[in-house]
Amino acid sequence: MKWVRAAAIVFLLAIAGASLLANFVAPASYAHQFREEPDAAPSRRHLLGTDDLGRDRFSRLLYGTRVSLLLAPAAAFLASLLGILIGGLSGFFGGWLERIVMSATDLFLSLPWFFLLLTVRAILPLNVSPIISVTITFALLGCLGWAGAARMICADARSVRNSEFVLLARASGNSGLRLLWRHVVPNLRPIAIAQFWIAIPVFIITEANLGMLGLGISEPLPSWGSLLGELQSYTALTGQRSQFIPLILFVAVVGSFHLVLQSKEELRV
Amino acid sequence: MKKFLAISALLAGALTSGALAQTGGELRFVLHSEPKTFNPLLMEDDSSESIRYMTGGVLIRVNRLTQEATPELATSWKISNGGRTISFELRSGLRFSDGTPFSANDVSFTMKQLMDPALHSPTGDMFRSGDGQVQVKADSPTHVTITFSAPLADMVKSFDQVAIMSATSPQKEMAVLGPFFVAENKAGSYLLLKRNPYYWKHDAQGRQLPYFDSVRLDIIQNQDTEILRLLRGEIDFINTLSPDYYDKIEEQKPALVHDAGVSLDSEFMWFNQVPSAPIPDYKKTWFRSTNFRRAISEAINRQDMARIVFKNHAQPAVGVVSPANKFWFNAQLHAHPFDQKSALKRLTQDGFALQNGTLHDHEGHPVEFSIVTNASNKNRERMATLIQQDLLGIGIKLNVVTLDFPSLIDRMTNTYNYEACLLGFVNDDLDPNSEMNVWLSSSENHQWNPKQKTPATSWEAEIDKLMHEQASTLDQNKRKKYYDQVQQIVWEQEPFIYLINHDALSAVSPALQNVHPTILRPQVYWNIDELSLNQQVARNR
Repeated sequence: MKWVRAAAIVFLLAIAGASLLANFVAPASYAHQFREEPDAAPSRRHLLGTDDLGRDRFSRLLYGTRVSLLLAPAAAFLASLLGILIGGLSGFFGGWLERIVMSATDLFLSLPWFFLLLTVRAILPLNVSPIISVTITFALLGCLGWAGAARMICADARSVRNSEFVLLARASGNSGLRLLWRHVVPNLRPIAIAQFWIAIPVFIITEANLGMLGLGISEPLPSWGSLLGELQSYTALTGQRSQFIPLILFVAVVGSFHLVLQSKEELRV
Repeated sequence: MKKFLAISALLAGALTSGALAQTGGELRFVLHSEPKTFNPLLMEDDSSESIRYMTGGVLIRVNRLTQEATPELATSWKISNGGRTISFELRSGLRFSDGTPFSANDVSFTMKQLMDPALHSPTGDMFRSGDGQVQVKADSPTHVTITFSAPLADMVKSFDQVAIMSATSPQKEMAVLGPFFVAENKAGSYLLLKRNPYYWKHDAQGRQLPYFDSVRLDIIQNQDTEILRLLRGEIDFINTLSPDYYDKIEEQKPALVHDAGVSLDSEFMWFNQVPSAPIPDYKKTWFRSTNFRRAISEAINRQDMARIVFKNHAQPAVGVVSPANKFWFNAQLHAHPFDQKSALKRLTQDGFALQNGTLHDHEGHPVEFSIVTNASNKNRERMATLIQQDLLGIGIKLNVVTLDFPSLIDRMTNTYNYEACLLGFVNDDLDPNSEMNVWLSSSENHQWNPKQKTPATSWEAEIDKLMHEQASTLDQNKRKKYYDQVQQIVWEQEPFIYLINHDALSAVSPALQNVHPTILRPQVYWNIDELSLNQQVARNR
């Protein structure tokens, strides 16, 4: 199945490349409203037509993909990093620290954090640009998404702590940070990477959900969330078919992330 | 020939008066939420008010087509004592839905309940003047006199909202005088109303109204589902539609949709002028400037908004009153034109200047502010995005923020932590008295600067004075003169920047007969007792 993984990676790279070059590829600004052409059908001027405010759909798709593909991995990295720190340290040291940290993690996991996210988003400053707004949204996702990863990493760290090679390392005089850094962290890396890959599509979907509620990224900046938001009404069924392109791309990208992840796990096994 | 003409005239008359209407069958439509109460004096949510309209008997009904007060349970009325007293002559021999006789004592009971301060009736607020005391005297079974402690301008139409309750029925508020009564209530699922066997109205042929045996109201929040059910013929109408849905239904079944014309509702924005608001002082100075507000207003292209957001089912708003409000609209006023040159000229007068495409105030601050609106309202999000691009044209950066409704209300009424807000005003009442709580500077709903101890500006003091004067005058023409001045001041000062009056859109099954959608609520079923289904559909129900 190496070719599947390779195809998924090539697809992801192609999409990432096109979105990163949006400034050069996009035929118009994502914000420009062609007010005489709202809801226009695909044409040579507008490859995917225009949205209800006359904005070029193709340009918005490119910029929206850039936003989601850049920031979702960044948020996933933040969440994984927090997961390693919290889960790794508590699992390695064990005892009361592990019990307290894991109880706190369970509590955190039990919170309806989607609503918490809405609340936190609502109390943020109002006068921020769309770019800062989207960065804040993903930073919040990263800060709130560490708990699942921490639980997994803690379990792995506990098993590493009790392993024979750590026992031998201790017997050889290794302790503290040296033991942690040289012997434990390298063994936690595979699960941390797996958590990172899992978190990316989860955060993209969460941002899409927030966008569909109108609480994700502020206008006029597009994201997959705001583009998918157009499909939540019955009217989309009888509208332009090009409206569904973001959905197809979203499914393809999330699917590709999973294929990459699955193949990595297979390689690991 | 004469005989033929007479028969033709009779037939035409019969057709218009519903002589061929099919009796029986079930009317079906959707409520978007469950009614919070069946007590007609405590209703304030849309669903409860729908139930009150279909079940409640009122002394006077405002005809939704003519906007005039028409006799209902009262055959006539007379205002005296300087506008403090109203006396009603009532119909005799009427009964509530459970058979309990109706008399002046029921009107007396209802009015006393309505004005009881302990009940906190939202409907009662319309009648509260002076110390809020009311004296009700049932002089005879068919005559009742109601005296308020202070004059009430245009109190007649307010009685459209007062459903008369029985003083003696064991069923209490469930005994009604309207065309239907609540027969079944399956919480969260549906309500079933059945024909009131004692309803007093008859058609021209002497048949007892209503024509329908029952009304089934399914509780469905999602309008997509509602539309699909209409298209499948499972419900008979949709009372209010958004322009998007209107166009989509029109594409599939053009015979279903109705545009009754511009409604009383408006969309508007305003700037936060609360002195204690946690926003920078230089921004407060901008927002308090009439020139700044007028410039923003002139920089917004309302025509584009009506065309793009509302798909041509709206028109640029003129001001406080929609042109749909035939009597109270000040016809001397016109919508502010889209003129960015004039906007920049006004801003220059206030010391603003364009530098490299960005507008700066006289202290050098770049002009940037945020506008909040409620999330999940697509039309408002679209409006805000259009405004965003329009304001870029005069060098202003606008940040659009959508918030969930409780957060928005908290900022508007509690923390005042916002700069500008975009919302809509749903108007049911034609009379300006219903807007006292918006225009009086001391009011909580005086949104741009609420609860003022004394008016912050001379023009707000003038509005206070004019609103009080119109409220205490009985002469409608004088009241109109005062209210025209209020509209003029609001047009000049623009504390609210009115943007759009949208149309009253609805969709109705062709099987439903005698439907005349109007701009006043309830748009489609205001004459519910005269509605009927064609024979084929009625037979299948």
